[in-house]
Amino acid sequence: MDGYAVRAEALEKRYGEKRALDGFDLAVREGTVHGLLGPNGAGKTTAVRVLSTLIRLDGGRATVAGLDVARQPRGVRARIGLTGQYAAVDEVLTGRQNLEMFGRLFHLGGRRAKLRAAELLEQFDLTDAADRGVGKYSGGMRRRLDLAASMILAPAVLFLDEPTTGLDPRSRGEVWESVRALVAGGTTVLLTTQYLEEADKLASHITVIDQGRAIADDTPDGLKNLVGGDRIEVVVAERSEIPQVVKVVARVADREPEEDDTELRVHAPVTDRVTALTEVARTLQDEGVRVKDIGLRRPSLDDVFLRLTGHRTEKEAAA
Amino acid sequence: MSAVDLGTPGTRSGAYWLLADCWNIVRRGLTHYRRQPVNIAWQLGFPILSVLLYGYVFGSAMKVPGGGDYKDFLMPGMFAMTMAFGFINTATLVVYDSTKGVIDRFRSMPMASSAVVAGRGVTDLIVACAELAIMMLTALAMGWRPDGGLGFLGAFGLLLWLRFSLIWIGVWLGLIVPNPEAAGGLFAVAFPFTMISSIFVAPQLMPDWLGWVAAWNPISSTAAATRELFGTPVGGGDSWVEQHALLMAGVWPVILTAVFLPLAVRRFQKLSR
Repeated sequence: MDGYAVRAEALEKRYGEKRALDGFDLAVREGTVHGLLGPNGAGKTTAVRVLSTLIRLDGGRATVAGLDVARQPRGVRARIGLTGQYAAVDEVLTGRQNLEMFGRLFHLGGRRAKLRAAELLEQFDLTDAADRGVGKYSGGMRRRLDLAASMILAPAVLFLDEPTTGLDPRSRGEVWESVRALVAGGTTVLLTTQYLEEADKLASHITVIDQGRAIADDTPDGLKNLVGGDRIEVVVAERSEIPQVVKVVARVADREPEEDDTELRVHAPVTDRVTALTEVARTLQDEGVRVKDIGLRRPSLDDVFLRLTGHRTEKEAAA
Repeated sequence: MSAVDLGTPGTRSGAYWLLADCWNIVRRGLTHYRRQPVNIAWQLGFPILSVLLYGYVFGSAMKVPGGGDYKDFLMPGMFAMTMAFGFINTATLVVYDSTKGVIDRFRSMPMASSAVVAGRGVTDLIVACAELAIMMLTALAMGWRPDGGLGFLGAFGLLLWLRFSLIWIGVWLGLIVPNPEAAGGLFAVAFPFTMISSIFVAPQLMPDWLGWVAAWNPISSTAAATRELFGTPVGGGDSWVEQHALLMAGVWPVILTAVFLPLAVRRFQKLSR
């Protein structure tokens, strides 16, 4: 498998005039969590549906767990797990009935399907709810059952789609915990998400996709460095003070400062962090600017995204 | 990582797994009914209610051309109607599975994907048997007296044959309509189809052109053929199609299957596009 669990080269997928994938490349190392990041309509879903054999490619070549998705789809299916909006569990059945049914459909046979179901219910902390209908599960429980159903054959590669969308912080933490445990067990995870924080927390490597192609591929830190390392950030009380702050910050910044009129915020990348901070703080105080907040912060993946694509993520745009 | 041996035995043939997968999908469908008793009550209650309502309300006022008991005319029609409405059921369950992503999960697994559709069909036929049995018992309780024996079995078979052909319309529509709510709307489309037939009223009592349409309705052929097989051939007409009800009750489902099975399969394969 040459150390890669997923390899995609120049993937093409067209729907009429629209190119959902337009020369998409991806390489996911074995045993890692790889984030696939992009706004709605960027091609994330199409990419995962192609890699999980749900839809056929128009061009390019992809291997998953060492097998060609076009030529050996059945072999691929025996080595992958799929969860999230792409694949659901049965809401009428109980958690146990779901896992036993999927186990039998994975050709484990009745007895082993039962044993495996019990084992997974335990592993994903669902034993107490095992015999309740999934329709009555909380969001976090359902996500965990979804994960368990994908893990029945202990697949080499797990496609994990927006695993924590709509979950409260505690359930989110639980799902992240489960994912980390799976990776520790040797599973490779391809995580698609719109939550930059999620990719940042879980992934060791990130591919940013926009308009059907990969526009960046790096570690989270590498991507952050791309937008210029640490940033200085000043928040003021009055809009009228922004131009003055911009002028002061510009003296220490590596690039032209950016302003955010609604949040009354000015920020810019800096190299000499501490000197820059003291310098700006002193000057603003001398000039009598009423500063509400001042500090250094690591760039977020939001900054990266904005910088790479020229537009913000859906979530940001909606906010 | 797992104490269970997760290797799959490579010794079984493809046909074995197709049957096993199909059976597991059927099990799932039947478990749904077991877990939702209200749905069974609703699904079986409706035919019983129909038999009672139409039998007692219409039964007192309706005349059968050429004489005969209206019950003997109505009951086989009711059975055929219930089989005909069955496609809505199929469509609703298919659209639910496809929009919720359950079908996609099945397709992402190393199982036979044709088992998803075949399992649906077998489940629906099992449910249809239950529906027919319970309707017939109700009809018997109301004084309906068919001949027993081979004719009876033949009639039962023809009714299932009609239901079988409608599975494919159900699957096809289930993959086309956008959501379960829209599938409910199919009832409005199906209703006139069942009224313009020989279920409730003999076509010869309708205006000429409408009677002609009603006589050629596939449901009419099944209804008329089963009336013959139950030993109560009342209300038959003189037109060719009515004279050859038995033949047409066999042929119509062949035509429906020939048209809609390929359409359903194509639609299913289109999911990969």
